Amino acid sequence: MTLLEIKDLTQLFSGLCAVSELNLNIEERELVGLIGPNGAGKTTVFNLASGFYQPTYGAILFQGRNLAGLKPHQVSALGIARTFQNIRLWKEMSVLDNILVAQHFNLGYGLGGLFFRTPRYLKRESEIRHKAHELLEIFKIDNVAEEKPGNLPYGMQRKVEIVRALSSGPRLLLLDEPAAGLQSADVTELIALIQWVFDQFDLSIWMIEHQMKVVMSLCSRIAVIDFGKLIASGTPTEIQQNPAVIKAYLGDDQL
Amino acid sequence: MKRFSVPLLLIILLLTLMGLAWFEIIDIYIQTIILFMGINIITSTSLNLVNGNMGEFSCGHAGFIAVGAYVSSLLSVALFTKSKTFGAPLLPPELAAYGFPLVLIAGGLAAALTGLLVALPSFRTRDDYLAIITIAANYIIISTIINIDQIGGARGFMGMKRVIFAMEQCAEIPWMILWVFLFMVLSIIIIRRYMSSTYGKGVEAIRQDEVAAEIMSVNTNRIKLVTFMISSGLAGIAGGLYAHTVGYVNPKSFDLLKSTEALVMVYLGGMGSISGSIIAAIVFTLLLELLRPLQIIKWVAIPLLLIIIMQFRPEGIMGNRELGDIFPRLKKFYKFK
Repeated sequence: MTLLEIKDLTQLFSGLCAVSELNLNIEERELVGLIGPNGAGKTTVFNLASGFYQPTYGAILFQGRNLAGLKPHQVSALGIARTFQNIRLWKEMSVLDNILVAQHFNLGYGLGGLFFRTPRYLKRESEIRHKAHELLEIFKIDNVAEEKPGNLPYGMQRKVEIVRALSSGPRLLLLDEPAAGLQSADVTELIALIQWVFDQFDLSIWMIEHQMKVVMSLCSRIAVIDFGKLIASGTPTEIQQNPAVIKAYLGDDQL
Repeated sequence: MKRFSVPLLLIILLLTLMGLAWFEIIDIYIQTIILFMGINIITSTSLNLVNGNMGEFSCGHAGFIAVGAYVSSLLSVALFTKSKTFGAPLLPPELAAYGFPLVLIAGGLAAALTGLLVALPSFRTRDDYLAIITIAANYIIISTIINIDQIGGARGFMGMKRVIFAMEQCAEIPWMILWVFLFMVLSIIIIRRYMSSTYGKGVEAIRQDEVAAEIMSVNTNRIKLVTFMISSGLAGIAGGLYAHTVGYVNPKSFDLLKSTEALVMVYLGGMGSISGSIIAAIVFTLLLELLRPLQIIKWVAIPLLLIIIMQFRPEGIMGNRELGDIFPRLKKFYKFK
């Protein structure tokens, strides 16, 4: 079944065409890559899919529902979570609090309950906390629950950010260059982590990545964009041999 | 034992203060300073919610204090006393003691609504605009009051002392100490509960990275409005208490100077620290009284103090920590939620 359907997506930034007539589907339980040279519009596509931009033309359908007009927090509540290219954890809050805040979409109590500490409020707060602790345990980072993310090594911060994204129970996880800034040993670990997340959780993953090692070993399908246009889509082997892709990355030898 | 230590301490403190006032061991002057401390604690902790925890820059806190002061004063004078403006009391004056907290809360609600009106347009823009809009709002509120002649205009409005007398008909106890103390504790509990909930942690998230907060399902627009309304509502309660402590209100006493005082307290105490704001409010109130003989030079000394804080300890007395973080051993003795 199709989870995310992108139809004729176009995004103009005061005349500059960042994404142009993009058509792409993400199926349920699929691990898809999105690659392309610098400035191809990959992150713009993610920003559109997470509701941060509103498309100029075209539509994005998530589980058949049009995302047009929804704010990012509403999109996130529907089940799309993401991480950022430059890690955007809340650096002065503990790791646990980072996970807690990501559950804002489903707090289940109002301000009245909060101020009067109603039984419902107390029950929900303890459930939320319990869920966060459980998640930290699954990823074996419960030992850093009280640490501030700023004090953690970079690879660990990446992991915490992925856990934070997962804590809202998404159906689609967008990873924006998860391997950026990681050393090669950490990259191997990250590949294992993403594969593990994909196996354990009932979701689809769509990721932007520059390191071919990551994309080629994880993704069952890769979409390539250049200048905002989809130039190729297929299995890793198909992509590696696709002349349009080689041209986009290495240039035209006819020059 | 841990659970009861803080309430017990607060009750002892309240009874001591009321006893000292009752037996006239401390005179009216000292009592007023103590009342101002309580009121300033509400002012600073509530402003801290917006400026410290949320990281926005509100400069017009006195505007909301003014709204609360005027609304609650007008209500209490109209309801419980005979006055030139409103004529005979609408309710029997014996009810003053019971009606007063409701009147204060009404003032708080009016201030919260004013806060909503200010916040709605200003949170659509970013960064420094809130500072400019809140300064403007402060001026708008004051000029509005000055131009309504029925409530005294620039001369101010009085008659709140008679409300206190009406309360004293009921029982002759130092009522204002009781009310200031109760509402101070109430507002600290409100802020504390708000900030320790998962909902309130969204406020911290907004300060640290608003984009990430929005993407991670925090309804940033709504939470900013709610936080601003809580902050201005509590300021309104502080205003009501101030008006009834002093006995008269004058629009001049809620100008930018008052807003600046609130800012100084927040920065002196430390951004985002409740205990810091409490300590700063007490220190600052004392300092204001000690510097009173300097008269106008006081307003050279206090801004100078702000500059010195910013130079040598930009994070304030407490930084963003609470008492329990600095003295972990204290946590053994209390549990305060």
